[in-house]
Amino acid sequence: MISTMAPGVPAASTAEPVTSAGQARMRGYVTMGGPPLIVFALFVAVWYLISYGLLSERRRFLLPPPHDVVSVGFLDWHNFAEILAGLSSTAAISLAGFAIAGTIGFTLAVVMSQSVAMERSFYPYAVALQTLPVLAMTPLVGLWFGFDTFSRILICSILALFPIITNTLFGLKSVEPSQRDLFDLMKAGRWTRLWRLEIPAALPNILTGLRISGGLSVIGAIVADFFFRQGDPGIGRLLDIYRASLETERLYAAIICSSLLGLALFLTNTLISRHVLRNWHASAHSKSS
Amino acid sequence: MTEGATTVAVRPKEGAPRGLLAFRGVEMVFPNGVHAVHTVDMDIAPGEFVSVVGPSGCGKSTLLRIASGLARPTAGEVVLNTGHIAYVFQDPTLLPWRTVRQNVELCTQLKKLPKAERAEKARQAIEMVGLAGFENRHPNQLSGGMRMRASLARALTLEPEVFLFDEPFGAIDEITRERLNSELLRIFRARAFAGVFVTHSIAEAVFLSTRVAVMCARPGRIIGEFEVPFPYPREPELRSTPEFAALTGEIGRCLRSGAQ
Ligand SMILES: Nc1ncnc2c1ncn2[C@@H]1O[C@H](COP(=O)(O)OP(=O)(O)OP(=O)(O)O)[C@@H](O)[C@H]1O
Ligand SMILES: [Mg+2]
Repeated sequence: MISTMAPGVPAASTAEPVTSAGQARMRGYVTMGGPPLIVFALFVAVWYLISYGLLSERRRFLLPPPHDVVSVGFLDWHNFAEILAGLSSTAAISLAGFAIAGTIGFTLAVVMSQSVAMERSFYPYAVALQTLPVLAMTPLVGLWFGFDTFSRILICSILALFPIITNTLFGLKSVEPSQRDLFDLMKAGRWTRLWRLEIPAALPNILTGLRISGGLSVIGAIVADFFFRQGDPGIGRLLDIYRASLETERLYAAIICSSLLGLALFLTNTLISRHVLRNWHASAHSKSS
Repeated sequence: MTEGATTVAVRPKEGAPRGLLAFRGVEMVFPNGVHAVHTVDMDIAPGEFVSVVGPSGCGKSTLLRIASGLARPTAGEVVLNTGHIAYVFQDPTLLPWRTVRQNVELCTQLKKLPKAERAEKARQAIEMVGLAGFENRHPNQLSGGMRMRASLARALTLEPEVFLFDEPFGAIDEITRERLNSELLRIFRARAFAGVFVTHSIAEAVFLSTRVAVMCARPGRIIGEFEVPFPYPREPELRSTPEFAALTGEIGRCLRSGAQ
């Protein structure tokens, strides 16, 4: 450890070099966490400003001040427990939808990558799937499959499917020609090629697809909560209930919690892909790592 | 590569020289109309090391691709009398998710050699190209020259009878390059493969080869072949002899005449 202090610094600060590594790290956290914290403070300030400055007392329910949201939505255990239960139901649905979309999407992409005929036959429908307004399908899905968990998972996985297919397929097909040459030269079979070359080469794309789909599956689960109202209520249904009864403190608390759910999934996926790609892919060494 | 496997055809013709690799009237016209190779005839026997020199874009890589079976000539044929062939590509083609050791083991792994044998061959090859100590690095942590050496090591593990090199030392500094040249000659002497070596350096070609073929462009064809009379083993000092200079001069003149 090299001290950065100039000679002749008063003796009172001799303890500093010892902790300077820790301090440097602290300073790192501060410079990294500082700007978002400032923005957050500004955000809260503007919130108060609108709540107390712009809204008359009669209309303050439109944007209750933050401390009311916290005390009613989070600190009142009865309310918070309800939100947590809704959140965990929605989280379970979105994880299930995400897992199903991941499995089916990956499999479809692999099948399409292995045969031009397959790709020609299926890819247009994969694209159509994405342009399809999923919301328009929900009544039909409800009629067919009921207004319960199954339909919620179904909508969720349909919404999350497309990015996995396209990203995986793109990755599988963008293997460098010279690397293909190498496997050709070794007369590698189709499975060997898939397993040892195409899938590893596609990993960055696959992980990107998963990251996007993770976010979509949370959105899908919340949207499905609105439509399919049987079974234990998800956070989406709570949002609707709070809206109807004008319990806006709880509404804001529920919105914050659902954003945190999406954020948590996104962060998990980002961490996983960082870890998987830590050695070889440029995206793992980007500035924010 | 599997035993007896062929790239284009295994056809030991009667009366034909017992070459390991032969080009017969090979011609390559790409679908876009580029006439990359024009009637190349060449025989490469065991114990021969043929260098191919020529300007950029004259079809050297194409010729090697045809020899390896990766590309099919539009006319003529390639006769390959062995299944043991290795090819060092012009770019290193390492798999970025594998370490150096895992990359070097790739070919033997694809050939389904037992693990212990694979590891031993990889260790020897890594040592040979001077990458010992870097086994656990990933390609993005290596310099260009080191990547190329890893690629060379990977090819060495195949113990080929026909060895194709596409400018393997192009990105390597002069000193290391000369050391690798000597190392390559040592391996050539020990393993007695037949080599085809593409390079831009006339000195490198002469130092390594039993024969140097000069190509010219548009269309790519061989305009001169030079026997290299110097006996093996060759010492680095060979490069500073007047005979060496005379031969490189002659080849250089041929190369320039083709460029006009
Ligand atoms: N797949 C292809 N399709 C069309 N043209 C090609 C293809 N591959 C190579 N060519 C052309 O064929 C010619 C010979 O290419 P080649 O790669 O064999 O040259 P080279 O002698 O190896 O050059 P360099 O020394 O720069 O590596 C070039 O003009 C190139 O543009
Ligand atoms: Mg080339």
